Amino acid sequence: MTALSHAITQGSLTSGRLPKFATPVAAVAGAILGFALAVIFGGGNLGLAVLLAYLIFLVAMEIAARVIEGPRQAADRRARHLIVGAFLLALLPLASVIFEVLSKGMARFDIGFFTQSMRNVVGKGGGAVHAIYGTLYVTGMATLISVPIGLLTAIYLAEYGIRNRLSKAITFFVDVMTGVPSIVAGLFAYALMGLLVGPGTRSGFSGSIALSVLMIPVVVRSSEELLRLVPNELREAAYALGVPKWLTIVKVVLPTAISGLVSGVILAIARVIGETAPLLIAAGFTASLNNNLFANPMMTLPVFVFDSYAHPGTDVQAYWDRAWAGALTLILIVMLLNLIGRLIARRFAPKTR
Amino acid sequence: MSKRIETTDLNVYYGSFRAVEDVTITIEPRSVTAFIGPSGCGKSTFLRTLNRMHEVIPGAHVEGEVLLDGENLYGPGVDPVRVRRQVGMVFQRPNPFPTMSIKENVLAGIRLNNKRMPKEDQDALVESSLRGANLWEEVKNRLELPGSGLSGGQQQRLCIARAIAMSPEVLLMDEPCSALDPISTLAIEDLIAELKQKYTIVIVTHNMQQAARVSDTTAFFNIAGTGAPGKLIEVGPTDKIFSAPDVQATEDYISGRFG
Repeated sequence: MTALSHAITQGSLTSGRLPKFATPVAAVAGAILGFALAVIFGGGNLGLAVLLAYLIFLVAMEIAARVIEGPRQAADRRARHLIVGAFLLALLPLASVIFEVLSKGMARFDIGFFTQSMRNVVGKGGGAVHAIYGTLYVTGMATLISVPIGLLTAIYLAEYGIRNRLSKAITFFVDVMTGVPSIVAGLFAYALMGLLVGPGTRSGFSGSIALSVLMIPVVVRSSEELLRLVPNELREAAYALGVPKWLTIVKVVLPTAISGLVSGVILAIARVIGETAPLLIAAGFTASLNNNLFANPMMTLPVFVFDSYAHPGTDVQAYWDRAWAGALTLILIVMLLNLIGRLIARRFAPKTR
Repeated sequence: MSKRIETTDLNVYYGSFRAVEDVTITIEPRSVTAFIGPSGCGKSTFLRTLNRMHEVIPGAHVEGEVLLDGENLYGPGVDPVRVRRQVGMVFQRPNPFPTMSIKENVLAGIRLNNKRMPKEDQDALVESSLRGANLWEEVKNRLELPGSGLSGGQQQRLCIARAIAMSPEVLLMDEPCSALDPISTLAIEDLIAELKQKYTIVIVTHNMQQAARVSDTTAFFNIAGTGAPGKLIEVGPTDKIFSAPDVQATEDYISGRFG
């Protein structure tokens, strides 16, 4: 009992507690000390200051908790502070990206940006309407291609070919496809269209094929997982009512999994909508609005951003402003998609009460 | 609206493993037949062969005959889907469809099969099925709410209502009360007593008192050891099985000496 006595102050069931204000006080003290040390020894380096502040805070809390509360509570606090630290570290790039894109993209986030293309524009003005339309066309077509193929494959894997050789082979190749570099997908689509239509063919549809190659494995994997999560009891309940297998899948399994399937598809779209390299090759560049998915190059937002940034004309700032506005638009489109996906998921989710 | 089931030398397999061996039994219409026996003796497996639910598991198959009023369920050209429309089933755990309301759950057999039915007929069917399952009074004001919001016992009665809405000839029940409390169990047992006026009922149960309470005929299954197939040891009128069984193993099991 003597070894534990420092943690036991009153009865056998109570132990010392650090006051509630201990954490903020330690944090502020750590911050002041860290910044002071950084100014004295590191020449005011901000990263060093934050790191020192965090380390001082950790050590101070560890000592205080160990002395007053005992080793178990100290370990709990240590783990909690490390996790919070990791969380903030992970959040930092995200916050920084959003801040940068917002602050730099707002300069050209105007009506002109959404109504004009880059046709006959060399300096200020112009817009990205051709790229926005192109991204929506190309990604929309890629979704139209990938979702049926991916979903039907997932249905085969989860419902029909359970552990048979074909399904094992499919799973293996889907895994391989997940690892295909996006540039290879672009080259594949470019070569395919070259063989089918003629050498050097660039079109929005070609870009859609490239994106589908990247999207299908994501859709297959997420859908398969979700279909497997549907309890077997529900399938058996339907069979016992004399419902054929295909109707069981269409009317019981898919509706039960629909909310997850929708979010899986949205994630897959978000994964490919920002792809640049394959579209650069397969869909190409253009400065004008192209509403035909099947002929002539089609601009897309990621390619627009890349092109504006990499090949600015004489008025560099105007091109860079448009690049940032394009990036902002892309982020907003993905956010909007996520929002729509969530709404759909909530609309269709199984209700419990 | 009730048919006789006869099986002769029925063997049931999971892949190459024989789970149930040489079962010969006759199940009378408009009666309750209970299957009792220790865990793993093949009661549920055998029950699932009676509406061809066994083959849903990959590798599972059956040798022998199951006759439903003389028609072999495993004959050539028999469609399992048609079999299951005549032989309904209630499972161990209540499994209402989570995406459907109470009403839709009762109509599931019709809706899932893409059958059309006038709205008045649907409403009448919902009411008669729920009344048949002793659930109507409890849910009549909330038919549009999800079925998964009901209590466990209510969910199980909803599943029974769903099964009888298909007006089957036979109703199979696989331990329908094992996940329920005594009050809900009593409600289901009362319901079984009513349902046997119209249907052939087969019930698997681990609860011997339940078998004694609800069944007219009792069949005792047993297993020789791990890995050995389950066998039908004895079948007879429930009174006789529980008072003076012919086989020693049956008496040992019923009197609680093993199992």
